[in-house]
Amino acid sequence: MPTTHKSSNPVPNKERIKMPRQHMPEQLPQIRNKQFTEVNLGYSAELARQEALRCLECAKPTCTKDCPVGVKVKDFVQLIVDGDFLAAAAKIREDNVLPAITGRVCPQEDHCEGACLLCKRGESLGIGYLERFVADYEQQHFDPSTIVKAPPTGKKVAIVGSGPSGLTAAGDLIQKGHQVHVFEALHEIGGVLVYGIPEFRLPKKIIREQVDIMRAMGVVFETDVVVGRTVTVDELMNEEGYDAVFIGTGAGLPQFMGIPGEHLNGVYSANEFLTRINLMHAYEFPKYDEPMVDFRGKNVAVIGGGNTALDAIRSSLRLGAGNAFILYRRSEAEMPARLEEVKHAKEEGVQFQTLAAPLEFLDDGKGWLTGARCQKMELGEPDSSGRRRPIPIEGSEYVVPLSVAIMAIGTTANPIIRTTTPGLATTKKGYIQADDTTQKTSRKGVFAGGDIVTGGATVILAMGAGRRAASAMHDYLTTGNW
Amino acid sequence: MSHPHVTINPAFYGDSVFKIIHAEFIAPGIKRFVIEAPRIARKQRPGQFVIVRVNETGERIPLTIERSDPDKGTVNIVVQSIGKTTHLLNSLQTGDAILDIVGPLGKPSEIENFGTVVVMGGGVGTAMAYPSAAALKRAGNRVITILGGRNKDLVILENEMREVSDTVFITTDDGSYGDKGLVTDKLRQLIDNGTRIDEVLAVGPIPMMRAVADMTRKERIHTVVSLNPIMIDGTGMCGGCRVQVEGKSEFACVDGPEFDAHRVDFAILVQRNAMYRDAEKRSLENFQRDCQLEKQKASAPAEAETTCAVEGK
Ligand SMILES: Cc1cc2nc3c(=O)[nH]c(=O)nc-3n(C[C@H](O)[C@H](O)[C@H](O)COP(=O)(O)OP(=O)(O)OC[C@H]3O[C@@H](n4cnc5c(N)ncnc54)[C@H](O)[C@@H]3O)c2cc1C
Ligand SMILES: Cc1cc2nc3c(=O)[nH]c(=O)nc-3n(C[C@H](O)[C@H](O)[C@H](O)COP(=O)(O)OP(=O)(O)OC[C@H]3O[C@@H](n4cnc5c(N)ncnc54)[C@H](O)[C@@H]3O)c2cc1C
Ligand code: SF4
Ligand code: SF4
Ligand code: FES
Repeated sequence: MPTTHKSSNPVPNKERIKMPRQHMPEQLPQIRNKQFTEVNLGYSAELARQEALRCLECAKPTCTKDCPVGVKVKDFVQLIVDGDFLAAAAKIREDNVLPAITGRVCPQEDHCEGACLLCKRGESLGIGYLERFVADYEQQHFDPSTIVKAPPTGKKVAIVGSGPSGLTAAGDLIQKGHQVHVFEALHEIGGVLVYGIPEFRLPKKIIREQVDIMRAMGVVFETDVVVGRTVTVDELMNEEGYDAVFIGTGAGLPQFMGIPGEHLNGVYSANEFLTRINLMHAYEFPKYDEPMVDFRGKNVAVIGGGNTALDAIRSSLRLGAGNAFILYRRSEAEMPARLEEVKHAKEEGVQFQTLAAPLEFLDDGKGWLTGARCQKMELGEPDSSGRRRPIPIEGSEYVVPLSVAIMAIGTTANPIIRTTTPGLATTKKGYIQADDTTQKTSRKGVFAGGDIVTGGATVILAMGAGRRAASAMHDYLTTGNW
Repeated sequence: MSHPHVTINPAFYGDSVFKIIHAEFIAPGIKRFVIEAPRIARKQRPGQFVIVRVNETGERIPLTIERSDPDKGTVNIVVQSIGKTTHLLNSLQTGDAILDIVGPLGKPSEIENFGTVVVMGGGVGTAMAYPSAAALKRAGNRVITILGGRNKDLVILENEMREVSDTVFITTDDGSYGDKGLVTDKLRQLIDNGTRIDEVLAVGPIPMMRAVADMTRKERIHTVVSLNPIMIDGTGMCGGCRVQVEGKSEFACVDGPEFDAHRVDFAILVQRNAMYRDAEKRSLENFQRDCQLEKQKASAPAEAETTCAVEGK
């Protein structure tokens, strides 16, 4: 990726390697674990520039190669060095329309930062932190009058679901001059970003700001519409005149383990627990009407080891849990959660019980949870996911006293669209089949992407799919060729 | 008309609000609303429900669609004041708006020509059973309806039910109307009389549905009940509405709300519905206290009534 930009970085490369990674300012663990305000406070302009100076400006930037949407990291980091933060933001936006979000939640260690050349010499460049910095800076200096509307093409597209895949597709398509209408089943826009990921990691204000920009660009949002129930995909195309549809409905169906006692009061799916907290503001009861059982001083366990599990257990601490456990059946090395979240959770007081899984939930005879009978595990050979398989250890059973247990063991596809859209090909597991490069489904004019195609993945992968779909949809809308 | 409990800031949410075209009490504490919701009106089938969120700080509660008018683009709901949210909802009036209504949700009732169907409605359950009763009648069934309530005032939708039933029986706990007793007493009589019954649909309080299930199980009469677990999204996303059906978890919002009564574990449903009792109590008390304060503040008594009236005349 050649760049015409001449770097103004005065630091010689030899020196850059020696510079320490700039620490992200954050709330103290003992304070933040009692409130829902954001943990990471963000770089100042000074810190950002300091960190940006570390970039080696590689000839072949591996960071960009390993970013699922190919953000031109080197270029935007150079613009930070120059002090031109708005240009840096514009540079990121060429490939990523939601940088304030990805900067906060991407598993950077698996993508850009994991591939950064500085890793070999010590710590990678803080790419996520820098991305977040320029996005927040841009937001503070955003001028809606600068929005240029593309000349209308006269084509209408419907976006089903307002998660990162749908928002990305909507943002790209409106800029190409199409009329864009987003349908969302819930009452707020943002998908998992609003109902799943808590305020302390991704403030809702940020999503609302992004949505407001899209509104200013002309995207229409209609909440409270469950496509398949309120209106079907076919009705959108045949009766409401949409020329193309993008389905980005996520993988929102919670899985349970199917063990005894899952119906007990005090046993939640992570989706329910997090929805009560985030979408419904149960932590602000009684100002908000949504209730929550009393967590104060109680033992709470979350079963699982992904981002969802960590979000749930850290939320439990913030509701006052006395002991907060993660029960994970593999070891910490296999945990799919972002590294930063594991670190933050430990600092906040979460106790990790790895290599353990519940066999049964126990009750008090009146329908309330009192504990879990668990079993210890050891690791065997790697399974199809490449992670070492947990094997139960005979005779290792033990009981953990618990008042609340939250299941964060994954989600699957919701069948509503599948069962109401004839001719839409799906996989055995119920995910929608879509082409890898165009996101085309088996139905003419219908595209799909994000978790509903891949199964639960990440924000940036969902955005990548939304972007590919928008580009293929534009081709289809302008040429008519399928 | 603006309403002190309802602040709507559509900028944060979608671009639609749902207007109340008409609202009136049909019994003490039970109000019928006609609401503008054209998309839902077009799609509604008997047995389906909506999820309603009154205002920005509100919770989401499920309510059955009593009927819909696709031409006018309206749906009706019938709401009984139970706790905070239903009291708040029932304080709204013609001209007010509701922030969110989503639907139609749930599986429609299975409507076939079964032969003779007994439809049983307890209290506000009658409003929930009504659309199915009408559809069963249209499908050619002989419909015997048994309506029950604690007293005369709480027997609702009698005229509507008469229009779609071959026979209507009424029972009240205190004998102030119809026969003194429970709807199950009437069902017992019908069975003992040798009335041929091919199917029972029972909608009402959980103890009533459980009693019906116990009675018809012995008689081997297929029985359907409409369950009312606590819901949030209503689309299968949260799993909060799970009920035990023959030892297996099912999600009432997508697999129901109607289930084969003989397979349902009612004890677990009762338990799960009691999960937030303390918080619910606190919410209602706060709401009623605020209403009291508002009433005291309001100089014109008429205005006080518009904000907090929850009892119908
Ligand atoms: C708690 C939690 C934490 C996570 N943390 C991270 C993280 O730190 N980093 C990361 O990269 N990823 C994380 N993820 C994963 C990431 O959020 C998802 O991969 C991503 O949101 C998927 O985007 P999507 O657009 O496919 O769908 P979603 O975000 O799931 O959005 C789908 C939307 O479609 C709506 N919808 C569904 N059905 C219908 C319908 N029939 N009609 C209309 N609308 C419908 C839903 O209500 C929802 O709003 C996390 C996930 C969870 C649950
Ligand atoms: C499919 C379905 C259809 C229904 N149809 C009707 C109807 O047509 N008319 C009507 O008056 N009522 C109906 N209900 C019941 C109605 O939803 C509850 O009365 C209402 O939610 C109570 O809320 P509240 O805040 O006033 O009371 P609360 O004080 O919060 O609760 C009182 C009781 O209501 C139940 N409840 C509380 N919150 C919820 C919730 N979010 N979802 C479901 N139940 C809850 C619990 O059992 C609780 O103990 C229906 C319920 C279901 C599941
Ligand atoms: S989008 Fe995510 S992976 Fe790509 S550069 Fe930004 S933080 Fe890294
Ligand atoms: S790999 Fe690291 S050092 Fe090299 S250009 Fe990318 S961010 Fe800079
Ligand atoms: S209400 Fe959430 S799954 Fe049924």
